[in-house]
Amino acid sequence: MRKEKRSSLFAETMSRIWSNPGAKVGIIILVIIVSACIFAPFIASYGLNEMDLKNMFKGPSAKHIMGTDGMGRDLFSRLLYGGRYSLALGICAAVVGSVIGIIIGSVAGYLGGQAETIIMRFMDIWSSLPSMLLCILISAVLGAGFFNTVLALSIGNVPIGVRLIRGQILSERSKEYLEAAESINCSKISIMFRHLLPNVISPVIVDATMGIGMTITMAAALSYIGLGVQPPTPEWGAMLADARTHILNYPYLIMFPGLFIALTVLAINLIGDGLRDAMDPKLRK
Amino acid sequence: MSLIEVQNLKKYFKVPTGLNHAVDDVSFKIEKGETLGVVGESGCGKSTLGRTMIRLQDATGGKILLNGNDITNAKGNELRRVREKMQIVFQDPYSSLNPRIRIESTIMEPLRHSKLYKTKAELKDQTHRLMELVGVDERLRQSYPHELDGGRRQRVGIARALALNPDFIVCDEPVSALDVSIQAQVLNLLMDLQEKTGIAYMFVTHDLSVVRHISNTICVMYLGQLVEKASTEDLFLNTLHPYTQALLSAIPSTDIYHPMQRVQLKGEITSPINPEQGCRFLARCPYAIKDCKQPQKLEEIEKNHYVACCRVREIN
Repeated sequence: MRKEKRSSLFAETMSRIWSNPGAKVGIIILVIIVSACIFAPFIASYGLNEMDLKNMFKGPSAKHIMGTDGMGRDLFSRLLYGGRYSLALGICAAVVGSVIGIIIGSVAGYLGGQAETIIMRFMDIWSSLPSMLLCILISAVLGAGFFNTVLALSIGNVPIGVRLIRGQILSERSKEYLEAAESINCSKISIMFRHLLPNVISPVIVDATMGIGMTITMAAALSYIGLGVQPPTPEWGAMLADARTHILNYPYLIMFPGLFIALTVLAINLIGDGLRDAMDPKLRK
Repeated sequence: MSLIEVQNLKKYFKVPTGLNHAVDDVSFKIEKGETLGVVGESGCGKSTLGRTMIRLQDATGGKILLNGNDITNAKGNELRRVREKMQIVFQDPYSSLNPRIRIESTIMEPLRHSKLYKTKAELKDQTHRLMELVGVDERLRQSYPHELDGGRRQRVGIARALALNPDFIVCDEPVSALDVSIQAQVLNLLMDLQEKTGIAYMFVTHDLSVVRHISNTICVMYLGQLVEKASTEDLFLNTLHPYTQALLSAIPSTDIYHPMQRVQLKGEITSPINPEQGCRFLARCPYAIKDCKQPQKLEEIEKNHYVACCRVREIN
């Protein structure tokens, strides 16, 4: 008997992303960076805070491929370790922000009426505050640290997710399958999350992916002004901040962290673009 | 006692300019195993009537009785039980199935919610039995709706409605989105199911040949009100209300020697928003007189033939 090929939404999306050259490049770059960061202890030839005071401010060489910083620490090793924080911050904040946004947005979109008006006006106020400012405010109040930074960074992503999800739900709300679900005794929660959400979530996933890139730059910015991850923890933004006094004398100290940030963000944005094309239901066969 | 009895049912929608009288003072009964056809032009409130009856929308006034119990305001567990007895088949099989849920799960869902079946195997068995009953091949169980054609999707929709063994199904134009050949298949399926299970239908449609084929009794609606109600045969052979006459004369004739004399209606449809008290067909009726501005009542003109027109005796 012929075995019928059935692909889930996930597998289908993946295969379609892979056929997009831009997204393919993005995935390859990201996989390399992420695995290098995860396996940092095996790749880096020096420890995280291993100082070599005889070799301060050495430019790139065979011994230190990206040179050393003001304390003689190997820049390449620190970039790999630091990537763990930057990536984790970016991903966690984008996911947390979007999940909160999705929940609030679904409630607003599905309930409608007064509840929707109140939530949406509140979101208008929320998004009228510059997200960087909110971010600084929250980390200043809560203090630095990984979780506080995640919280501060995710705040800015919430209203975007709410708006996106609500807009999608408004266009989906009148579809008959929701009435059908109601007529077969589905609970409101089940209609909202089992029936409605899978049909409206694609743009939010795309947006959250793009958001990771933006959040990484935001995290770097926070660390740069000293509110994010604290030294001596290596984080790309913090490393940039450390190097800013040497920008004229030792430009490589700023170039390499900057390059890592730029490459990662570029890769994520390429994937996000590919994802948007892949998840567009109008392009499905 | 009738299976379903609707008494003076009203459903008004608030719109910026007033109240839209979508269903206004409609009463009828449906017996077990019977099919009631509801016909009327687009926007006359037939779908709203169906949706209000099975409590997808709350009625503004009047009563809905199921087996003699008032279910107009049923809530919570009572409403859940009511919904197991009354189901709906939707017009558009493309939007009535969730595009992200496989066929098998779609049919299984009402069974899962009813908690009648304890084990997974029982659930699957029952689902496959339903698929067989409506003629959906078992190999399609893992398919998504977009992989199926319109007729098959509608069969899935019917299977979902049948899952809980309802006594009554509202068919909201179930074949109007399908090809003619598929229409016949689905209609025959519905009639076969009625023979097997004694289910009652309310068949909402604007397709007069379909309604003639399937119904025992037909209600003609115009702007939210019933204007004529009679057995199918009676309605087609002895049409009394001027609106029904115009409606039936619009059925295309295949007999070239005796072409239908079409009754051409003039004028615009009256707005259903805050309508006048009198006959709503007044503005387009060729027989309208002053008396038509009085409220019209559905009267039994002949045995089991109800008409809402004060001039019905004069004009026929």
